Amino acid sequence: MNQQKLLSRRQFLKTSSIAGGGLVVGFSLAGCGGTSPALPTSQGAMTPNAFLQITSENLVRFYCPRDEMGQGVSTGLATLIAEDLDIAPWLFDVRWAGVHPDYSNPDFGVQGTGGSTSISAHYQQLRQVGANTRAMLLEAAASRLNAPVTQLTTDNGQIVYGEKRYPYGEFVDLAAQLQAPENTPLKSASEFQYIGKEFSRIDGIAKATGTAEFGIDVDLPGLHRAVIKRSPVAGGKAQSFDKQRALAVTGVTDVVEIGSGIAVVAKQYWAAKKGADALVVEWDLPALANVNTAQVKSDYAAALNSADEEALISSEEGDLQAGFASADHTIEGDYWAPYLAHAPMEPMNAIVHIQNGEADVWTGSQGVAAPQGLVARYAGLDKDKVRSHNTYLGGAFGRRGTLTHVIEATQVAVATDKPIQVIWSREDDLQSGIYRPASLMQIKAGISKAGDITAWQATRIGGNISPQTMANMMPALLPTAVSDGTIDWVVGVADSAMSGWVVDASSVEGIAEDYDISSHQVRHTTVDHGLPLTFWRSVGHSYTAFAKETAMDELAAKVGMSPVDFRLKNLSQNPRLQNVVRIAGEQMAKAELAPGRALGFAAHHSFKTDVAEIAEVSVVDGNIKVHKVTCVVDCGIAINPDVVRAQMEGAVMYGLTAALHGNLELENGRILESNFHTYPILRMHEAPEVEVIIVDSATEPTGVGEPGLPPIAPAVANAVFAATGQRLRSLPLKLA
Amino acid sequence: MITFELNGETVTTSDAADTPLLWVVRDTFELKGSKYGCGAGLCGACTMHVDGQAARTCVLPVAAVAGKSITTIEGLGTPNGLHPLQAAWVEYNVAQCGYCQSGQIMSAAAMLATNAAPSEDDVDQAMSGNICRCGCYPRIKKAILATTEETLSADQDVATSLQPPARQVQA
Repeated sequence: MNQQKLLSRRQFLKTSSIAGGGLVVGFSLAGCGGTSPALPTSQGAMTPNAFLQITSENLVRFYCPRDEMGQGVSTGLATLIAEDLDIAPWLFDVRWAGVHPDYSNPDFGVQGTGGSTSISAHYQQLRQVGANTRAMLLEAAASRLNAPVTQLTTDNGQIVYGEKRYPYGEFVDLAAQLQAPENTPLKSASEFQYIGKEFSRIDGIAKATGTAEFGIDVDLPGLHRAVIKRSPVAGGKAQSFDKQRALAVTGVTDVVEIGSGIAVVAKQYWAAKKGADALVVEWDLPALANVNTAQVKSDYAAALNSADEEALISSEEGDLQAGFASADHTIEGDYWAPYLAHAPMEPMNAIVHIQNGEADVWTGSQGVAAPQGLVARYAGLDKDKVRSHNTYLGGAFGRRGTLTHVIEATQVAVATDKPIQVIWSREDDLQSGIYRPASLMQIKAGISKAGDITAWQATRIGGNISPQTMANMMPALLPTAVSDGTIDWVVGVADSAMSGWVVDASSVEGIAEDYDISSHQVRHTTVDHGLPLTFWRSVGHSYTAFAKETAMDELAAKVGMSPVDFRLKNLSQNPRLQNVVRIAGEQMAKAELAPGRALGFAAHHSFKTDVAEIAEVSVVDGNIKVHKVTCVVDCGIAINPDVVRAQMEGAVMYGLTAALHGNLELENGRILESNFHTYPILRMHEAPEVEVIIVDSATEPTGVGEPGLPPIAPAVANAVFAATGQRLRSLPLKLA
Repeated sequence: MITFELNGETVTTSDAADTPLLWVVRDTFELKGSKYGCGAGLCGACTMHVDGQAARTCVLPVAAVAGKSITTIEGLGTPNGLHPLQAAWVEYNVAQCGYCQSGQIMSAAAMLATNAAPSEDDVDQAMSGNICRCGCYPRIKKAILATTEETLSADQDVATSLQPPARQVQA
């Protein structure tokens, strides 16, 4: 494992006695010492750390530090802690962790779920927590049973002593008084009972019976719903409005202006919605109101044309000119990827309830500390007066890292003095949201007759994600004492820096890294028309893999090599991806194709995981039909192989929606697509069979939620080329 | 006042007649299992049974169900008494985020009520109105096809054969 991480974890592992004779062991951040424990101790229970509480009635509560958006993280993290605590993970009572530094994502240093990090970041930490807790229980049992600890063992939540078995709960009173050990040895892989095994997801029954609680399902006595009429163009402000037309709707109680628009409030959603529909608002619109998709494309094309003079160099290695000069063949292609919405099935929503100088906020977010910070800032409260409650997330895909709906609910709650639930419509989600940036990319590459890549120049034009992410996260995570003006200044500096002298790594990630290339250059020019941008499942990889892997297909064809052999030849620096390509290649070689079908191949490394995909496609009357996708993945140890398969299946479907349908058009700064009839999502009759092959591995786990996505668009595009001879370089894929 | 039957009980509401059934069930009767996804009858997250037929209740005014019998996901089965489809959903690990699954299951249950041995094409047809953004379609299809006539007519106490429900460490 990463020694530095181990060291820092030990360094910050702190043990502190607290009143009442309990014991808390926490994993804290540097500089965050002195915080109160994450969980209160309670009579008759053992609370050995922020993640576990074991009662004398044998109830084991697991406080899940990451957010469950469907990726299976609650099952996965429960499995990690259960393995070394030695108890079946499905016996846990899983709760969502509150706000506390002990629950930080070890990769981020703050509470946040994203970047396909959760399992890898918590792998050692939660196993260690489980092992340490088990050691305390063993020690307590030895003392109470008057037995040498070496003669005790454990089995699924019980201490085993000879023929006798005692539930952990019998020893929690004694164990709670013990000093927690720091680094009890962990199980070896051969001893795993739950890691690497398959069992039902622990959220399976709740989600099959409608009993899983999402943010939108939370209800309170006296709760009012707010529907917000927002500017039709991002960044517009209300100039004037007539609230009487909304107030005339039966049930509407309040109409108030807030930062993002005009909020209409009623006890019931439907009345609020009718009120908002009845409102007429005049808007002051920003410059974006003059922008159409055609202009975005022409501005990007102009920037590409002047890239030699104006683009920033993101990375370069070797002598590019010599690389092109020595090439036997060259290729050049321009690739387009449009703006996209995340469109999770649960539209954005949040409840804020402020009373007696304290507040509660409920929302399904990708980081439970952020709503707390936003409510505190916008209600003028100290953070410790705001309780943030997480729920299941009805999909996220990056969308639930941006929480303007929490700001809205706070502002309406302050203005009306009522508990408020803001609910976005699907139209709000698509037309007033925050988007995957559009990109124009160019790949120029040179290759020798023997199939060595001699030169690779990749250029990307478009907006940047990171400055806007900072703008969204800083008000949430910084102390409320840091003023909005200061935050605007910092974000402004970052924004101009990334436009002027440093490339946002997210914008170009994945465009040149995977293959052996003797000379390369990655260039970037920022062109941003002002549409809000954010992470979208697999971030930059979602479009760079399309350009890179399509270009690789072209290069293979230039030298008459198979797509698999060509990649194998150029992956000597990247043996894990090479192995994945080799295994996928064996699958491809034995595929029996029905008449009219063709195969396409693509591979990509992202979020520390390697994936290769084969798409089996037919084209009939210009329509692309994807029949089957084979996905080979190496993600280290698969904590729950069926969850890994599900994530690969899901990423393929999410990526296919983008590859075949996904497109947002701007007209006068407005998004034209309003609902699922114009922003179609893949449906069952279009869904291919997906076969997932997980490479056997004994190395630490790597990302799973996102890496299945990047290869699918190029795999389909390459299959379309094989079927029709048409090289498609624009998403979504459409035949000429 | 509009009266209808909700999961076997007679209920009456004074909500505006044009209020979609979905919001009456969620806001007034506080059954939260049926979901809002699009408000336009396009995604199926709000699917309930109206006199046994699958209906998109986000566009169905409550006035239209006066005197009718409504079944929601809560009326189909419970965590301790799963409907065979729900048991199959758990067995095949169908759900990811889970938000659309109430609607998926209600659409599937309505289909199986009239066609207990569907072909794959029948399933595609019946389920094409339900969007799953997580892309669980292959598992949804498997779970439906596994819910054969035999399991449908069997004792509904399938839950006892499943692993997860127990919450306590067994002594």
